[in-house]
Amino acid sequence: MEELAALIDALVYTRGRNEKLRLIAEYLRRTPDPDRGWALAALTGGLDFPAVKSGTIRSMVMERIDPVLWTLSRDFVGDTAETASLLWPAPPTAPDPPGVTEAVDALAAMTRSSVQAELPALLDRLDPSGRYALLKLATGAMRVGVSARLAKTAFAQAFGVSLEDVEEYWHSISPPYLELFAWAAEEAPPPDTANMPTFRPFMLAHPFDDAVVDLADYVAEWKWDGIRVQMVHAGGETRVYSRSGDDISATFPELVPALGVPAVLDGELLVRGNHQGGEAGGAASFNALQQRLGRKTVSKPMLRDYPAFVRLYDILTLDGEDLRALPWSERRARLEALVGRLPASHFDLSAVVEAADFARLAEIRAGARDDAIEGLMLKRRDSPYLAGRRAGLWYKWKRDPLLVDCVLMYAQRGSGKRSSFYSDYTFGCWDGDPDHGAELLPVGKAYSGFTDEELRKIDHHVRSHTVNRFGPVRETDRSLVFEIAFDSVHPSKRHKSGLAMRFPRIHRIRWDKPAHEADRIAALKALIRD
Amino acid sequence: MRAPFSWIRPEPWGIHVVPADAWIDPGRPVGRALVTHGHADHARGGHGQTVATPETLAIMKLRYATDSGATPVAYGETIALPGGVRATYVPAGHVLGSAQILLEHAGERVVVTGDYKRRADPTCPPFQVTPCDVFVTEATFGLPLFTHPPIGDEMAKLLGRLAAEPDRCVLVGAYALGKAQRVIAELRAAGHRAPIYLHGAMEKMCRLYEAFGVDLGELRLVSDATGDAMRGHIVICPPSALGDRWSRRLPDPVPAMASGWMRVRQRARQRNVELPLVISDHADWNELTGTIEEVNPTETWITHGREEALLRWCQLHQRRARALALVGYEDEDD
Repeated sequence: MEELAALIDALVYTRGRNEKLRLIAEYLRRTPDPDRGWALAALTGGLDFPAVKSGTIRSMVMERIDPVLWTLSRDFVGDTAETASLLWPAPPTAPDPPGVTEAVDALAAMTRSSVQAELPALLDRLDPSGRYALLKLATGAMRVGVSARLAKTAFAQAFGVSLEDVEEYWHSISPPYLELFAWAAEEAPPPDTANMPTFRPFMLAHPFDDAVVDLADYVAEWKWDGIRVQMVHAGGETRVYSRSGDDISATFPELVPALGVPAVLDGELLVRGNHQGGEAGGAASFNALQQRLGRKTVSKPMLRDYPAFVRLYDILTLDGEDLRALPWSERRARLEALVGRLPASHFDLSAVVEAADFARLAEIRAGARDDAIEGLMLKRRDSPYLAGRRAGLWYKWKRDPLLVDCVLMYAQRGSGKRSSFYSDYTFGCWDGDPDHGAELLPVGKAYSGFTDEELRKIDHHVRSHTVNRFGPVRETDRSLVFEIAFDSVHPSKRHKSGLAMRFPRIHRIRWDKPAHEADRIAALKALIRD
Repeated sequence: MRAPFSWIRPEPWGIHVVPADAWIDPGRPVGRALVTHGHADHARGGHGQTVATPETLAIMKLRYATDSGATPVAYGETIALPGGVRATYVPAGHVLGSAQILLEHAGERVVVTGDYKRRADPTCPPFQVTPCDVFVTEATFGLPLFTHPPIGDEMAKLLGRLAAEPDRCVLVGAYALGKAQRVIAELRAAGHRAPIYLHGAMEKMCRLYEAFGVDLGELRLVSDATGDAMRGHIVICPPSALGDRWSRRLPDPVPAMASGWMRVRQRARQRNVELPLVISDHADWNELTGTIEEVNPTETWITHGREEALLRWCQLHQRRARALALVGYEDEDD
């Protein structure tokens, strides 16, 4: 437990991604099975101990410490597990920390009636860092700034295996992942995934930078503005996976019974509407889909008002046969043949965009009336389905971004290497005529799109044009204009301006442009296509 | 008969010793000030007369460029104030020159601690327990979660990190008065002989400590050094300089901070600290409560900090106590 506690503490205080990867990889290499598997499960959110909840910890501590002192302390710290780890009245005996596996076994064996006696016995054996690690392990929320994907990346780095393979095997095994460690660390055969509803890594696209391709070699498809998903049916089970490989079946329960054919399908998850791909049977804007994202349970009105479906791009396996090595054109034929067997209520096919030649295709892309479509995909007709981004096979040819001139209003310090720079910017547009008393309303935030040299110049500008300070934030005078590029803009109740931009980034810094010539809210509102 | 202790009155901007018309650590200029120690929230300039230890007066002179009205009192010395009040300055163990003030009047004894700690500190004499009727205590770390680890552990953490990353420097944010010099002196005591680099704002205070006989070893200024020269070395700066433009000249610094607040993880994260060092010049919870038991006063008055929790502790232990609503004392960086 001490080693895991030290790892968790180190992760809490480390900002850099590479440094976090190094710390986790080192731990996984030097720690034996099954301890390291339990640690990996903790970092990827794969542990659940139903008997231990935040409330359990609270009542356990309040039996030992005055409730008023507990509440004052909890309010100060802001985290129940950390407060408990600091306040726990340790016995005078020297710590005798349990191993990770011993602790996990003990936590798993606890029931609601036994937890009040058994958890204290474990805590008594640990120092404050150990108690913190144990309570975080027990309640599941690590708060160490490590996503499941980052932890898997660290695993791949630790043993020199590919992240795609790790993701492919991940959903077929459970903690403490003994087969996965045996395969990665000791070259044992990989876990068997044949009849399991496991995730296959996505094939991804490179940005297309103004080259020309021959349409004899490449096919074009619309790039729909939803979320990329993988639908898997195997061994009688159906799962929906997000692009990062997270199981999101519970968020979209209506899709689960819709796929009864043993297959792995790649597509865009959308909700019904009339923006993307036609008036009837089309899809709504991304903004509508956002209502459905991130929910653990879904209400009936949600299912009725925002019904989800999948617009299919590709097929990876069918009836137990792996199709990924086949050229795109053959997979497409299989997919077209399959779509007829799937319910039209929940599946349709992403159409191929026909064009006589590349010049005509460019015209189609430029003239796409449907603002919610993100752009075009270009796929080599003979491309196999390969994990990750491969040069020359798939391209995304995004629509040109929308542009608007905004005025810098607030700047905040960055973190890590940027911690001495004001690198996060909030900018606004005028709510009327700036020469007649109009005010700026914030419309978005950006922290990318500039070079290091430009960052230094903006930082200098912020420091010499500060009119107010709020902790790490500075308010600047209204003097610097940014040309902001963004993908789309939507109505939003959360912002005073009533607008929310998607993917805003700094396109150019208009040192030359007077602030009163920046755009007005009305101009931005005119770009809404919801 | 007068009500007990009516001659001493807590007001929002300081404690008023009425018969002597003197104020303890007043937050605005007064005719006669009794100053416990040199931190800016306790020692402000512009008083007609300032009664303090010679060390504290020297610190105030450095800060405010004047010592008019300075009245030095050595530790253990008693001075007579108007109105039949006697004041004795007793070591508080907080920083160089820090004192508790014992006030005696009409047969009653009141001790005002100012800020204090109970741990050994190579830069100042230790806190002395002084029996009294009213004990006016600080409560900066007045929550039971604050228990400061032994300073040796924190020094080992600092030196261990320094050795592990020879191509970087460790940048320690520390209060310019007290904490910085204590960290340096503790590093020396732990056997660290290498030069220590200083932010310019620390230099004069370190020289003043040396003038009072505190050995800080070889100190160099960051402004005189190249980035490469500082690799593998410790650099000390005020907490505010940790993420400042100033730090860009340093070789890939590991941001560290020496503060009692570092006990709480999210506090350290908020300040982008990678190496939290739990080092405080204040008493921790067990020392605050232990000191009250040791002094065993009739009444405990609790000032700046987390008064509520310490007040609760006094109630739970059947001790008469009250929280004073003094303003302007906050120690975010200690």
